[in-house]
Amino acid sequence: MSTTRSRIAIGQTTRMAVVVMAMAMFLAACGGSAASPSASLDASCAKDKLALKTAGKLTLSTDNPAYSPWFQGGNEGATVWTGDYNNDPAKGQGYEGAVAYAVAEKLGFATADVVWIHTTFDASFAPGAKDFDLFLNQVSIKAERAEAIDFSSGYYDVAQGVVTIEGSPIAGATSIAELKTAKLGAQIGTTSLDAINNVIKPDTEAAVFNTNDEAVAALNGGIIDGIVTDVPTAFYMRDAQLTGGIIVGQLPSEGGVQEQFGIVLEKDSALTACVSAVVDALKADGTLAALLTEWIADKASAPVLK
Amino acid sequence: MTAARSARKGTLVAVVSTLFVATLLAIAIGSSPSWPLVQKAFFDGTYFSTSLPDVVGAFFINIQLFVLAEILILPIGLLIALARSITNPAFAPLRIFATIYTDFFRGVPSILLIYVLGFGVPALRLPGVPKEPFFWALVTLVLIYSAYVSEVYRAGIESIHPSQERAARALGLTRFQALRFVVLPQALRRVVPPLLNDFIGLQKDTALVSILGVVEAFKQAQILKSANFNFTPLMTTALIFLVITIPMTRLVDRLAAKDRAAQQGGAR
Repeated sequence: MSTTRSRIAIGQTTRMAVVVMAMAMFLAACGGSAASPSASLDASCAKDKLALKTAGKLTLSTDNPAYSPWFQGGNEGATVWTGDYNNDPAKGQGYEGAVAYAVAEKLGFATADVVWIHTTFDASFAPGAKDFDLFLNQVSIKAERAEAIDFSSGYYDVAQGVVTIEGSPIAGATSIAELKTAKLGAQIGTTSLDAINNVIKPDTEAAVFNTNDEAVAALNGGIIDGIVTDVPTAFYMRDAQLTGGIIVGQLPSEGGVQEQFGIVLEKDSALTACVSAVVDALKADGTLAALLTEWIADKASAPVLK
Repeated sequence: MTAARSARKGTLVAVVSTLFVATLLAIAIGSSPSWPLVQKAFFDGTYFSTSLPDVVGAFFINIQLFVLAEILILPIGLLIALARSITNPAFAPLRIFATIYTDFFRGVPSILLIYVLGFGVPALRLPGVPKEPFFWALVTLVLIYSAYVSEVYRAGIESIHPSQERAARALGLTRFQALRFVVLPQALRRVVPPLLNDFIGLQKDTALVSILGVVEAFKQAQILKSANFNFTPLMTTALIFLVITIPMTRLVDRLAAKDRAAQQGGAR
């Protein structure tokens, strides 16, 4: 019980620190001089004070395969993330790969002190102790999910997009109304399914696949007319996985609430507050925006369907 | 000691020993420090009641699938069993085909077959060939389970003593008539319990259609699980499957006992 309370206390202190930091930075920005964000991290987030799975190492994790643009750089020399189109997250390339190393650096870890392990999506929220410190796998932040695990602050603003292939009934669609008669598919566990049900509200029930690869196979087979997925993945499918792929467009956010991807941590992890502070700092100092430009800027938006 | 008293004593011992074991198990599981965590993740009352209507609704797809499959499997399995039982050399190709069929479809994992048929065949985009996942799931289950069921039939046919057929032939029945009126009626009665056993397996395998994107009970549970990061909806689905399969397993046991009694001519 006492540990829980002290964790909450750390959380509150950090949140206060973040607020103070944000105000300070706002004032600094107004004054025209840039603040040094690394100096503003709470002292309790010093590298040697962090409760890590392996002392001195930051254990990061994602699912396998790891697809572009979230992870890039190929997989030469990799033993886990193998095969065509798969990427070794330890390359530190692609948006999530780069964010992971930016977070690690800000927490004080050298590249050599970062270890990657494979965790499936389901295992990331199964009860009990986790093997990872941080799990980055395009997981959308939701209040119900936070009952089972901790989320850091959001590191990516998600938009859902619709992708199809030539010859599909929705290949030329320009409005949400034109998608209503389509048979749409999405990957299980994604908020893309929510987008189909709540934004498009199609006449036919959506098909739900275990992986995006199966959704692609179903689209190729004409079993479904289109796939709803996050916009960067939609572009990846068009460019790498589909022949004659077409981006139909981007869906407006559901109920005007911006969906975000967050880093997953063990429930009540002592690291959560520090990692959130780091993500907030990376957002504030423009690092996230720069990484976005580097890895997905040209693939981050499509015409918004009305 | 009378038989009735002995039976009562037996029941009492059974109840006490069952309660004892159940209590030990409950204490062992409940004493685990992470039991509350596991309970919240797998046995949450709120998630159970909210997932129940969705999962039950989706379960109708499973019911449609296994009822249709069972109706198709019964005759197809019998035809394959008969094809394998023909000894006339002229029908060798038929027997070889039936043998390869049962070897292949009993040997290949159903999950792989459903992938190949459900995703592969529609991708050929042949005119007139259905692409509906439900259709291909049905085809997969019928192919695999008719292979199993044909072996059950064959075992039943071969369990009938050859003297039965010879006696029928001696009475002037043709080979077909002997099969139709003497061997099959006895064989079919014998295979009902193992047949129902295979159907229990089939009912659980209907969840495989979820691979193709169809939202049946298991997939519906997975959707709810991933939406909320809570595994309780999977337990809801398990319960629904049990509600259907347990009565069937009890029925199989009773039929088997009845069959045994009949074969022993009433002697106990």
